[in-house]
Amino acid sequence: MQNSPNNILVASGVVKTFPGAIALNAVDFSLRRGEVHALLGENGAGKSTLIKCMTGAYRKDSGGLALDGVEIDPRDTLDAQKLGIGTVYQEVNLLGNLSVAENIFLGRQPRRFGLIQTAEMNRRASALLDQYGIHINVASALESYSVAIQQVVAIARAVDLSGKVLILDEPTASLDAQEVEMLFRIVRGLKEKGLGIVFITHFLEQVYDLSDRITVLRNGRLVGTRDTVSLPRRELVTMMLGHELLAVEKEPRQTGSEAGPVRFRFSNYGKAGSIKPFDLEVRKGEVVGIAGLLGSGRTETAELLFGIEKADSGTAEIAGVPANLSSPRAAIANRFGFCPEDRKTDGIIGDLSVRENIALALQARQGWARPLSQAEQVALADHYIKALDIRTSDREKPIRLLSGGNQQKAILARWLATNPEFLILDEPTRGIDVGAHAEIIRLIEDLCAKGLSLVVISSELEELVAYSSRILVLRDRAHVAELNGAEITTDNIVNAIAASSVNKGAA
Amino acid sequence: MNQKYLPLIATLVIFVLAYAVCAFQYPNMLSTRVAGNLLTDNAFLGIAAVGMTFVILSGGIDLSIGSVIAFTGIFLAVMLQNTSIHPLAAFVLALAITTAFGAIMGAIIHYLEMPAFIVTLAGMFLARGMAFVISIDSIPIKHPFYATLKTFYYKLPGGGRISLIGGLMLFVFAVGILIAHRTRFGTNVYALGGGAQTSALMGVPVGRTTIMIYGLSGFLAGLSGIVYSLYTSAGYSLATVGVELDAIAAVVIGGTLLTGGAGFVGGTLVGVLIQGLIQTYITFDGSLSSWWTKILIGALLFAFILMQKGILFVSRHRRTHA
Repeated sequence: MQNSPNNILVASGVVKTFPGAIALNAVDFSLRRGEVHALLGENGAGKSTLIKCMTGAYRKDSGGLALDGVEIDPRDTLDAQKLGIGTVYQEVNLLGNLSVAENIFLGRQPRRFGLIQTAEMNRRASALLDQYGIHINVASALESYSVAIQQVVAIARAVDLSGKVLILDEPTASLDAQEVEMLFRIVRGLKEKGLGIVFITHFLEQVYDLSDRITVLRNGRLVGTRDTVSLPRRELVTMMLGHELLAVEKEPRQTGSEAGPVRFRFSNYGKAGSIKPFDLEVRKGEVVGIAGLLGSGRTETAELLFGIEKADSGTAEIAGVPANLSSPRAAIANRFGFCPEDRKTDGIIGDLSVRENIALALQARQGWARPLSQAEQVALADHYIKALDIRTSDREKPIRLLSGGNQQKAILARWLATNPEFLILDEPTRGIDVGAHAEIIRLIEDLCAKGLSLVVISSELEELVAYSSRILVLRDRAHVAELNGAEITTDNIVNAIAASSVNKGAA
Repeated sequence: MNQKYLPLIATLVIFVLAYAVCAFQYPNMLSTRVAGNLLTDNAFLGIAAVGMTFVILSGGIDLSIGSVIAFTGIFLAVMLQNTSIHPLAAFVLALAITTAFGAIMGAIIHYLEMPAFIVTLAGMFLARGMAFVISIDSIPIKHPFYATLKTFYYKLPGGGRISLIGGLMLFVFAVGILIAHRTRFGTNVYALGGGAQTSALMGVPVGRTTIMIYGLSGFLAGLSGIVYSLYTSAGYSLATVGVELDAIAAVVIGGTLLTGGAGFVGGTLVGVLIQGLIQTYITFDGSLSSWWTKILIGALLFAFILMQKGILFVSRHRRTHA
């Protein structure tokens, strides 16, 4: 471990396990005085678990945590705050109904004879915010100000309260460019003052803009800590996605996907604030893969296609005819299906049986006035349990008792029962074991061969390369590249994700 | 103008307008006698409503106060009838019991993570039941000390009187306003109403604050019970049924958001006075059924809830277009 006196916060060999999963496996992390240290990783990499162990929201199972060379073990976030570790979250964790000054001084308001000295408190709050270049009426309710101002107030509070380490957990996610600039100016100012700042974001641009060092986590393990200046973007992306880059090449596909006519055409399709307008064409019997880092707009694209979010620009055509996709109902009526990323909350209904979960979408499309009979449901469920090899002891078993892979297959079955023509799969293989993984991929290929059109989002690049006929690459909420045929390699995807950054960075 | 004052101002305007209409029709209503009686007649409701304001500001509700008032009344009556303790000692005992009762409800709400609605509903039945256990009769209080207390009043020019209990209500409101806006406890109450989870993250002692809020509500319900026993010179276990709902109405009409986090103790006083004014008007009119009070209060409540929604909508709209 680096034990330089310049280190303000050092975590060594931190282990945190949850039932059935190791969230952090012997992770080392060190933060220096006066540096901005970016903490990066994809979903489930362990970033937030590490942060929570440092801020006391979780208790680590083992490992050490030292602040200023003194071993600490914060019991809760308050304890961590008192020790000197302040956190600012993406969702502003302040009280909008209280005034700005009350938010900053909650629990430590200046008092005389037991009564709060409101004028004194407001004066101090104003003086504090002046240091950040923010001049606002601190007696007004916090919620009357923009999210950016609220972030600054949260930072001011955290620094005033803690003053050694500041953890910024995706602070820029809901800010516009100008506001991000203001925030960065403030963070740089704090850096000058010698604070150690941990910065979590999905925007690589901002990482290179602000941070001095980068630590990448993946699957609960430390991938590495590097100086930002000596880490090329391409290498960073590789570290994050964690593929040893076996340079998977695409096997030439035997299916005649190129020959099929364009069936689904989205032109200039987009939604302000969610995803920039994009063009997408999907042929019959084709799998279009969507690649990109977390937060790049992958899920937003899927939700737009399925009508969960309503597009505010562009048109959708099916077989040349304009189609209405303004709601999931409308999308289902057009024979769309969508398996969402968060299976547990958005996909399955845990307490209903496998049979009921499979029958759900078909029943919904038929309308409740024409219920599927018990016999029909049983036939349907049995058919798909067999066809997709869903491993369950009983079709009446509550679906939450099934393994992740089998739940995923049951959701697939739900949509297949509606006989769809266009299926959107968001991270179909996340959190399922290796065996089931291969089966899902085989299923995708089968469906494609049967003439379905699929859009598959995945962070598993090898997987995307294996089954996609084309791959769209997303970055910073825009579609930035399309790879065809022989261009489809993991190398090219990583290049595409990193490339646009390099161009912008060089400009 | 800070828009958080809008509901309060609306309430004040309604009160002044309503009073003007009443005075126009019945010039006598301008007399200090009517004003003094307005305070005296609504003293018990006002005191209980101060406690309710804190509860609602914190995002909770207390359905037990009507029963607690009745319990306090019958408790005092029986104590003064059957024992020889001084009323002041009985007052202290009653306040101790009701404060503890409220605090225990607060503890249950916090530690068992139960909805305040259910816990205080249970408290409502419990307190009413205990009142019945003490006595099912209406028991008059004939203690000379009560008579003495009633002779204390401040004479207003024009023949009106601010009685002891009317003055006590104003004092309770003054202290309530001070607590709400000038103490850390007060800020913590608003903080809880803004979001209990966030408050806890920001270091608000949620458990202690919750217990204190319901303890305060219990204390003020007990005080209200004492005032009610002074007002009626009797204790009766069937008294003050539904007063908790009148108190909630006063709080909401007074401009406090039923979801918590925004409002003023002072507004509740205006809410109580509006209710009292409607009652007085109906008494003056003489031909209207007293149920018209309820109908008008119902209509007012609807109007206020709509107004609050409107204000919320406008402020959101403004922010997204800022």
